[in-house]
Amino acid sequence: MTTKLVGAKVQRVEDQRFLRGQGRYVDDIDVHAGTPTLHAAVLRSPHAHARVRDIDVEAVLDVEGVHAVWTYQDLADLSVNLADPLPLLIPHPALTHGRTQYALAKDEVNYVGEAVAFVVADDRYLAEDAVDRIRVDYEPLPPVVGIDAARAAEHLVHEDVPGNVGARLEQEVGDARAAIADAPHRLSLDLTVERSASTPLEGRGVVARWDPDIGRLQVWTSTQTSTGVRAAVAVKLGLDLGQVDVITPDVGGGFGVKINHPWPEELLVPAAARALGRTVKFTEDRREHFISAAHERGQVHHVEVGFDDDGRLLGLDVTFWHDHGAYTPYGLIVPIITSTQLLGPYKPQSYRVVFESLYTNTVMVTPYRGAGRPQGCFVMERTMDAIAAHLHKDRTEVRATNFIQPDEFPYDQGLVFQDGRELEYDSGDYPRSLEMIKRLVGWDEFEAFRAEMAAEGRRVGIGLACYVEGTGVGPYEGAHVHIETTGKVKVATGLTTQGQGHATVFAQLVADELGVPMTDVEVVTGDTRRMPYAVGTFASRSAVMSGSAVHLAAKRAKEKVLRIASDALEADVDDLEIVEGVVSVKGSPGASIDLGTVAVLSNPLRYAFDEKSRAATQFTVGDPGKPPVAEDDEPGLEGKDFYSPERSTFASGMHAVIVETDPDTAEVRILKYAVVHDCGNLINPMIVEGQIHGGIAQGVGGALYERMAYDEHGQLLNASFMDFLMPYVTEVPDTIEIDHLETPSPLNPIGVKGAGEAGVIPSAAVFAAAIEDAEAHDHPGLAITGMPISPSELFALRQAQEPLLKQHEEDA
Amino acid sequence: MKPAPFAYLRPRTLEEALEALAANEGAKVLAGGQSLVPLLSMRLAAPGMLVDINALPDLGAITVADDGVRVGALARHAAVLADEGARRVQPLLGKALRHVAHPTIRNRGTTVGSIVHADGAAELPAVLRLLDGWVEVASVAGRRTIPAAELFVGPLESSLRHDEIAVSATFPGLRAAEGVAFDEVARRHGDYAMCGVAALVRTEGKQVVAARAAYLSVEDVPTVVDLTAALADGVDTASLAAAGELALAHLEPVADLHASAAYRAQLVRVLTRRVVEAAHADALTRQGVAA
Repeated sequence: MTTKLVGAKVQRVEDQRFLRGQGRYVDDIDVHAGTPTLHAAVLRSPHAHARVRDIDVEAVLDVEGVHAVWTYQDLADLSVNLADPLPLLIPHPALTHGRTQYALAKDEVNYVGEAVAFVVADDRYLAEDAVDRIRVDYEPLPPVVGIDAARAAEHLVHEDVPGNVGARLEQEVGDARAAIADAPHRLSLDLTVERSASTPLEGRGVVARWDPDIGRLQVWTSTQTSTGVRAAVAVKLGLDLGQVDVITPDVGGGFGVKINHPWPEELLVPAAARALGRTVKFTEDRREHFISAAHERGQVHHVEVGFDDDGRLLGLDVTFWHDHGAYTPYGLIVPIITSTQLLGPYKPQSYRVVFESLYTNTVMVTPYRGAGRPQGCFVMERTMDAIAAHLHKDRTEVRATNFIQPDEFPYDQGLVFQDGRELEYDSGDYPRSLEMIKRLVGWDEFEAFRAEMAAEGRRVGIGLACYVEGTGVGPYEGAHVHIETTGKVKVATGLTTQGQGHATVFAQLVADELGVPMTDVEVVTGDTRRMPYAVGTFASRSAVMSGSAVHLAAKRAKEKVLRIASDALEADVDDLEIVEGVVSVKGSPGASIDLGTVAVLSNPLRYAFDEKSRAATQFTVGDPGKPPVAEDDEPGLEGKDFYSPERSTFASGMHAVIVETDPDTAEVRILKYAVVHDCGNLINPMIVEGQIHGGIAQGVGGALYERMAYDEHGQLLNASFMDFLMPYVTEVPDTIEIDHLETPSPLNPIGVKGAGEAGVIPSAAVFAAAIEDAEAHDHPGLAITGMPISPSELFALRQAQEPLLKQHEEDA
Repeated sequence: MKPAPFAYLRPRTLEEALEALAANEGAKVLAGGQSLVPLLSMRLAAPGMLVDINALPDLGAITVADDGVRVGALARHAAVLADEGARRVQPLLGKALRHVAHPTIRNRGTTVGSIVHADGAAELPAVLRLLDGWVEVASVAGRRTIPAAELFVGPLESSLRHDEIAVSATFPGLRAAEGVAFDEVARRHGDYAMCGVAALVRTEGKQVVAARAAYLSVEDVPTVVDLTAALADGVDTASLAAAGELALAHLEPVADLHASAAYRAQLVRVLTRRVVEAAHADALTRQGVAA
């Protein structure tokens, strides 16, 4: 037998290409057919809220090199459906007041950055010059910025949405309010998480080409769902699905923002390509990404909790307000995830959660890695820390008291999850995870370390946080495996790739199943020409969904290989094995046939092209008494299958961090970061660890650096990488200690759970806990209730404690 | 993020460059481009003409004499930082330049360009100001010298006229019995500081006879405060704290996205203490006096 690849730290097949600068992104696409590609630019609203009285494009019309200037008025002429609002992708009964924007603003703009006019010119310089010459007469309206203003509803974002409330959703298990009222201990907390964003290094981009001779549109776009974009483009441009190909080349990061679709540009660029008969390209710039893509995370929570002397949760009642920005194209996914995943590994005896999803005149909110979970985790874990402090108990003890136990799986939390299915955990071992993380971070030895540091005048603190992540949501993914007559294997799956290493892990699965070397397996993703049925890459679903589909498709191909080989070798299927691409009879190495020859035999030929194909021609093979292709068979050595799970599979993990806070400057230094992670069976531990590293880097950003600084007028003050502080490599921990726990998922054939988002989920929680712990000695009342936290803010929290401390000293 | 149209001139002689500037009021000088090019790309600046001085001869020289370092207009930060003579004659150059952005930016950005860009958050303007250096500027009308004290007049505003090119900056050398130090606190490695301090201390024996500190990123322009009075009776915890308070009496810290005014004031206290103490120790070390 060859060594199993699944489970091994196989090097990524993508990296040679990426590290040598040979990645091919949308902006690298150059498909001009005779005439050079045209370039698009968008005029964006400078106001957070305004009526559009008039748009004067006169000054642009005669500019040489400008090919098109469009406003809302032009859309219906391009395609009737293009004048409708953009799709509301995920409707929900509770989303009673869902609103989406138009491809170009109709009468009103609702955030700074909303698309108002679209220009196509010879190059991007000219297009931007032209944009500068468009005159728009705006009537400014009062903007609604921030959750407080949205709740106050002194002004409305959309005049037909009362109270700025897009949705209100309540779920309850048991009677939480009664349980809290009767509980021996009660606490209430007010907690805040600010806005941040995915900020992939490659922004959005679209290239489109229309072939008038065959009436076919080709679109290249930097998306997390090529099939979604394809369907949207077809509908909006009035084309049949068969007329549209969407191809997703290398994508320089998505992190969630590229799952939203179609962006206005994803429709306008194809429309322009068709109208002008030219290839058209749009590559957004960084400022555009900040002000016209999507953000996430902004929520305010109020928690009421009742518990017993052990810290056992008797009742948990959470009300929160979710800032969804100006529009709701992605429905209620983010707040639903927050409201359900907040529970993490715990089993409160009763739970009630209510959220209101609110409109504000800011960039809309769609999922960003973690998708509502970091907020839920922050709230739950801050609550756990508060309970432990209240009872003077070890923080890990209170958590352990509330864990779902290993013998309680499957565990139904009694709620409805983001996919409309039960929130039922499939497997896990939380007590064991806790034991592992405590050992890894040195939880029990920490007080000795703290004393040692204190002797040097240094302040250190430790924090720990637990999470559970529902991964691998449906509805389905598919895969196609094709063994060529060369013996090489071509694999296609429809979801897209943003650098995760799909080409490696899917090849590992196929190589193991088919018994071929990994170098013979080539994986294609996100090309609707190769796999037209797919959903997309989000919700940590690729390994679970496409991984399972690829495994099943390879299995089907293998069945056919063995059937044909057993005929050729005159041996029983059960006696065959495939090693290094050769099928042989176990125990008799002479009797063998390579996969390429099996592929030749699978496809009866009339014509021979080479020595190999001669073996499959009509005078060489086949029973003259039977049809060359049997009635229940088809030519070719292929396997195609789909995987569609009943429900999500629940990964879990725990993070712990030790930080040092500077007594003078309030700067935070990370001394140690430890992770215990359970995503079921590991296909490739190196890739999982890479996902964790990347997630933690983003988590450090979310906890200590990144925020969207809107002023009261709705202007985003830090819409550049100079002032939006994405951490550099110098700001993230040098080493991250990781331990894996593998509790396989019973829900899919390969026993895996998702790993893509885990690294970012507990960051805010774990840093808040550690910083608070570091401060506890000198500022005992200092509570961290909002994230992110900057040195300036930590300093302000210390200052707020000073009068209290002074009072305390005087009293003493 | 594409610049608005502009005319581009790459003169071969200083005279040609100066004539172009004199003839075009909206013209801007392009040297390292590390500040100007982003401003152009974001269309926050739209000069009608760029006069690219990178082809001018002799402007890249770093001239080291015992009494100072003269840095030519085209000398890159990285070249000044790598110049051992410059670091010896004025150690503060090396100490401060390490904090200027990242290596890739230091490879292109020019020291003189950073000074005349007059960013109150930049390191080099504060250093020039502390050392009482000067820039030499040229125009079709001739040459003049602008002392650092008269150079920085407002946020991103220097006292150069639009038709002038700064051809060099001169940093006086460290004198006997002097010590220098630099430190700053930034949000991320290589970012503009939220507060930075450069200090110069002169001693007689262990006694401080002069102490001055330049503050960057505290106000819109680099500001120098004389701290001698606070340190006259010795350098200890109390006098260093007093030096910080003395500095704050002369400063009005600004607030921005990254730091409140109160936090900046705290950084002024902390960095004054750390940097003045280090400059004092530097002065003593140079004289072979134990601290």
